[in-house]
Amino acid sequence: MFVLWAVATLTFFAVRLIPGDPAEAILGGPGSQASAEALAAVRAEYGLDQPLLVQYFAQLGRLATGDLGRSYALKLDVGPLVLGQLGGTLVLAVLSLALAWIIALALATWSTRGGRVAARVGSGLEIVAASLPHFWLATALIVLFSIWLGVLPPISTPGLAGLVLPVLTLAVPLAGFLGQVIREPLLTALESPFVLSALARGESARGVRWIHAIRHASIPAISLSGWAFGSLISGAVVVETVFARPGLGRTLLNAVTVRDVPVVIGVVMLVAVAYILMTLLTDLATRVADPRVRAR
Amino acid sequence: MSDLELQAELGLGARRQGASPRPRRIGVAEGLAGAVALFLVLAAVVPQLLAPGDPLAIDPLSAFQPPSLPHWFGTDESGRDLYTRVVHGTGNSLLIGVLATTIGLGLGVLLGTLAGMLGGFVDFTVNRVLEVLFAFPGLLLALLVILIYGPGVATATIAVGLSTAPGYARIIRAQLVSVRSSAFVEAATVQGLTAWRILARHILPNTLAPLLVLATLGIGQAIVWATALSYLGLGAQPPAAEWGAMLSAGRTYITSAWWMSFFPGLFIVLTAVAATTLGRAIERRMRHA
Repeated sequence: MFVLWAVATLTFFAVRLIPGDPAEAILGGPGSQASAEALAAVRAEYGLDQPLLVQYFAQLGRLATGDLGRSYALKLDVGPLVLGQLGGTLVLAVLSLALAWIIALALATWSTRGGRVAARVGSGLEIVAASLPHFWLATALIVLFSIWLGVLPPISTPGLAGLVLPVLTLAVPLAGFLGQVIREPLLTALESPFVLSALARGESARGVRWIHAIRHASIPAISLSGWAFGSLISGAVVVETVFARPGLGRTLLNAVTVRDVPVVIGVVMLVAVAYILMTLLTDLATRVADPRVRAR
Repeated sequence: MSDLELQAELGLGARRQGASPRPRRIGVAEGLAGAVALFLVLAAVVPQLLAPGDPLAIDPLSAFQPPSLPHWFGTDESGRDLYTRVVHGTGNSLLIGVLATTIGLGLGVLLGTLAGMLGGFVDFTVNRVLEVLFAFPGLLLALLVILIYGPGVATATIAVGLSTAPGYARIIRAQLVSVRSSAFVEAATVQGLTAWRILARHILPNTLAPLLVLATLGIGQAIVWATALSYLGLGAQPPAAEWGAMLSAGRTYITSAWWMSFFPGLFIVLTAVAATTLGRAIERRMRHA
């Protein structure tokens, strides 16, 4: 709650730092030659003629009831607009997160099993993958799969085929980071007493690796979920723009470009709420994966 | 957790495991990363040496040439040589990365030192401020700064610097707190040294040494973010020879001229990989020093 209040306060006063008259911005910017009467009408409509503190508390009150205001540019209510965009981004983020985990686990298991060379290649691949900027990876994938091979659409059409490239773009760099975090604990876990005792109980090597060791090695990576979420949101801004896919990221970028203040605040507030929820979920997931935390 | 904290954590993880043996000679990866870094610094300081041409010279007759011997990376829509442009863009892109890292690191050191040394109410306040800033993950804080001050190279640099500052602050605070409670500081206190002397001679040197590693890792990240902002049209604007802006310009011709997007991006990736590899190498060496 404290963080939410602080985020709201910070964005409110940050917006006041924007040079220029907000009423003019609502009417289409300085080029619109708005008349004095029109400006006054807009000020009254949006409460801009009130003292700053009154505006501040009015905005807090509106936020508390879930009212995010109206978009300057689109003249739509921000709440439904932003929530409507949430779905597309959520699908993208969840699929990417899942794929990233699959790639990271596969790479980590392969490279911890295959001796020194495999370990070198594995960790090299992870560093390169983690360094790939989304905008470049997206471009490279479009060139490869859409233009040269012609198998996948370059823009995100509705349906499964249109999702493949955006999800790959988001998943590969994330997998690079996750893999780096999983590798060390996986090696330690494979040499630890509990793995030996599981083997002594007669469990198969494969079973031990997948059930005991991976679970142990996943704990640090799970605690990264908050970070991963942030990186996915930043990534979504880029990926949705490159693939012309509707969603939260593209809405945010458009709003920043045309300085549509209420929409930016709406998206930022939504992300802050999601981030806080994510942190709570992470704590819960750590408790499930790590018996030591539960015992405390 | 921020990108930086993650990077720092990855280095620390290896330390806890004691997994990596003392490096005796320079490894292949480190050597390659060093060579890339040297090339980039040369390109940034004396681009004429590596690419004698003019990055803005247009030659409409040879527009959209694919990579060839006279044009290693091909040419763009106005016939400008892309190799020349990429080399001349290095200075811009590196400068943005270095400046952004300086801003982030400076603010981070300031906040982290305040919180770690003064403790109590200051520590509490700084921690709450950082908590709030972390609720704007990734590029969000940068986008907010650009919303207020408008797009441009200077804004993008400041925006990237500001959004990395909380990460630095948290690492430095944690480092300070752990150094302050360590045995050698206790020993110095018992010896009756003044608080100022302990801070200057014992605590700060041990806190600031890891900054070199953080800065190296951070520059790569800052360049990726700054080029991302340029690519989105919020940073450097075309026809400036800056990697992100060049990629953005190449986007229009993606179906016919893949090289316009490929080579500037390749340099961004090379820079980021080299920075990460070098940062880790320095970290390993410092640990064994």
